[in-house]
Amino acid sequence: METTTLRPPQHRVSRTARWYWAARAAFGWLVLIAVQVIWLVADGDDVGLRLAALVATVIVAVTHVTVMPLWRYNVHRWETTPEAVYTQSGWFKQEWRIAPVSRIQTVDSARGPFEQLFRLANVTVTTASAAGPVRISGLDRETAQRLVDELTANAQATAGDAT
Amino acid sequence: MTSTTGAEWRRLSPRMLVVHPIQEVVRLAPALIGLLVAGSSSGGHGPLWSLAGLVVAVLFGTLRWFTTTYRITPEHVQVRKGLVHRKVLTVPRDRVRTVDVTANILHRVLGLARVEVGTGRSDRKGGGELKLDALGAREAAGLRGELLHRESRTAGAPGETAMGTAMDTAGYTPESAGTPAAAVPAPRQAGVETELAALRPEWIRFGPFTLSGLITVGIIAGFVSRLASEGNVNLGQIAPVKSTLGWFGSLSLPLEIAAGVLILAVFVMIASTLGYILAFWGFRLTRHSSGTLHVNRGLITTRATTIEERRLRGLEVSEPLLLRAVRGARLIAVTTGLRVGQGAQRGGSMLLPPAPLREAQSVATRVLGGDAATVSGPLVQHGPAAARRRFTRSLGVVVAWIVVCLVLWEWSDLPAWTWVAGLALLPVTALIAADRYRNLGHALVAGHLVTRWGSLVRRRVVLEYDGIIGWNVERSFFQRRAGLVTLTATTAAGRQGYRVQDVGLGEALRLASAGSPGLLDPFLSGGRPSSRHETQVPGEPRVPGEPRVPGGPSDIAHPLISG
Repeated sequence: METTTLRPPQHRVSRTARWYWAARAAFGWLVLIAVQVIWLVADGDDVGLRLAALVATVIVAVTHVTVMPLWRYNVHRWETTPEAVYTQSGWFKQEWRIAPVSRIQTVDSARGPFEQLFRLANVTVTTASAAGPVRISGLDRETAQRLVDELTANAQATAGDAT
Repeated sequence: MTSTTGAEWRRLSPRMLVVHPIQEVVRLAPALIGLLVAGSSSGGHGPLWSLAGLVVAVLFGTLRWFTTTYRITPEHVQVRKGLVHRKVLTVPRDRVRTVDVTANILHRVLGLARVEVGTGRSDRKGGGELKLDALGAREAAGLRGELLHRESRTAGAPGETAMGTAMDTAGYTPESAGTPAAAVPAPRQAGVETELAALRPEWIRFGPFTLSGLITVGIIAGFVSRLASEGNVNLGQIAPVKSTLGWFGSLSLPLEIAAGVLILAVFVMIASTLGYILAFWGFRLTRHSSGTLHVNRGLITTRATTIEERRLRGLEVSEPLLLRAVRGARLIAVTTGLRVGQGAQRGGSMLLPPAPLREAQSVATRVLGGDAATVSGPLVQHGPAAARRRFTRSLGVVVAWIVVCLVLWEWSDLPAWTWVAGLALLPVTALIAADRYRNLGHALVAGHLVTRWGSLVRRRVVLEYDGIIGWNVERSFFQRRAGLVTLTATTAAGRQGYRVQDVGLGEALRLASAGSPGLLDPFLSGGRPSSRHETQVPGEPRVPGEPRVPGGPSDIAHPLISG
């Protein structure tokens, strides 16, 4: 019965994005680990249990920081045509979003602190629907800029946003 | 009517100077009563602060009259407001989607009404919507006609009460129906109104089943407790309360629970019925020949909502479980410029109050002006895999609860009733799961996407394909194993996105392709069923050769990529 499927979009995000995701995740984990270390040093009862908790956190953190970026890099993909923007994202829960260029309202490009560190940017394409912003993160700056220009030009060429 | 051609700035009605202080006093009534009861002897400064707050609020409200002005130019609606921070809100007139005219009891006594203008965009983020509180009632009705009926002369735009124009409609004529093409060239015979539905007294029997009274009971409880705390009143000391509590305490525990539930149920039923009458008395749904729908309702606070039909993207037939049990349903508009939510009664998007299901369906068909199959036709079921998912999802939660409780009961001192209650819940959850599956369905009828889901509140949404913006396809790990996806049609109307849950991937793509012809085509890889397992992930990144894809999914091939 299932004869058609969605093919993955053509482009991957920047390779640097893997480091960016790893750094961002590591930062979060480091905060948690720091709290646990302080707690471990602070007072002396039941050291074993707390040490075990710390070790467990470190193991989970290391796994997350190493596996997640690679996985994500494999999944996150995007593509634009003159008619549509198409993205694929997620890991446990995968998601494909398709938005017609003719219904685009805004094209935003943003750079968070971590993204600046790795010279990356993300692009968010919004339509008149609050449920359907299409977000592509982990692009290198030049690609992001080109994408924004391209989408803006295409979107201006067409009218009507179905509100 | 107030025919305004120029672009002069207009003011709100000066009578609002009377309304505003009274409203503030009512809002702060508990604090004031507390102040009166307790006086200053109680020592706390809380009541005094409340009084100071009241004075400030009244002052600011009064200032608002001096600072707020509005005007309607041929292109724009503009509102200037603010004292220190001057603001000019400008909305292009062709962005006006809905006009909502509300009048509470004070407004009505003074012949005023509050006007809210809904636009496609601004409502979503909460800020920037146009509110004029308040205008004279005639002015408000005139403004509505001015904004939504492009012909400036609108005869009989109904004011705050149903004025009985066109009551004698010869049958329900679904002419000039919801399709944009048909609605635009409206006959120029200044304002013909056709009645689509009106409240019948026997519908009030659905009142007790709406449970809207729960909120009322909550509000009363909140009011009483605030009164008690601000006025330092010990409720237990009041004689009737004391004796009731005493009687209550003398009952055995099961009786106590039974009595409590019964009293609450009776209260809620009475409050719900009253609420129904207050909200929906005089309800009328009419279609104006210039392409708008009007909803008039309300006993004390009246509300008149006008929806531009071109922006009506569909309908939602919603049946909360209790209402469904007595074969009732309500109708909600899926339109841009009106927020859905907030109980769907206070939101202006309600098109029909709880009424017999058949009535709701026939009204829906008349509003959509088309095929009855969209609202009552059969739906495609989602198959055994979706059914299994309904059961695993709901039973899974309960089983997990039971296991956790059992473990805690064994090794800790958790009372046994926790897991016993879990066991007792199992059959109920199974029933709900079965019902959820039974209700799950979709269809593609006459240019509309129809999707139905839910059990505690069953909703059937009919969404016009023209109103769909884009598509999201979602698949969790478990859905992937079951070969299912969740398809979301994104739209600017209503809830912004409507989901078809747990549908086969092929079917989802078929729906999406039918809805947006050509949009998905470049992204589909078709027809090699033999070489592929059913649960082939479209997103599996390392598919070595996708023959249909020019250039293939390699990450370095494309010139855009420079990483």
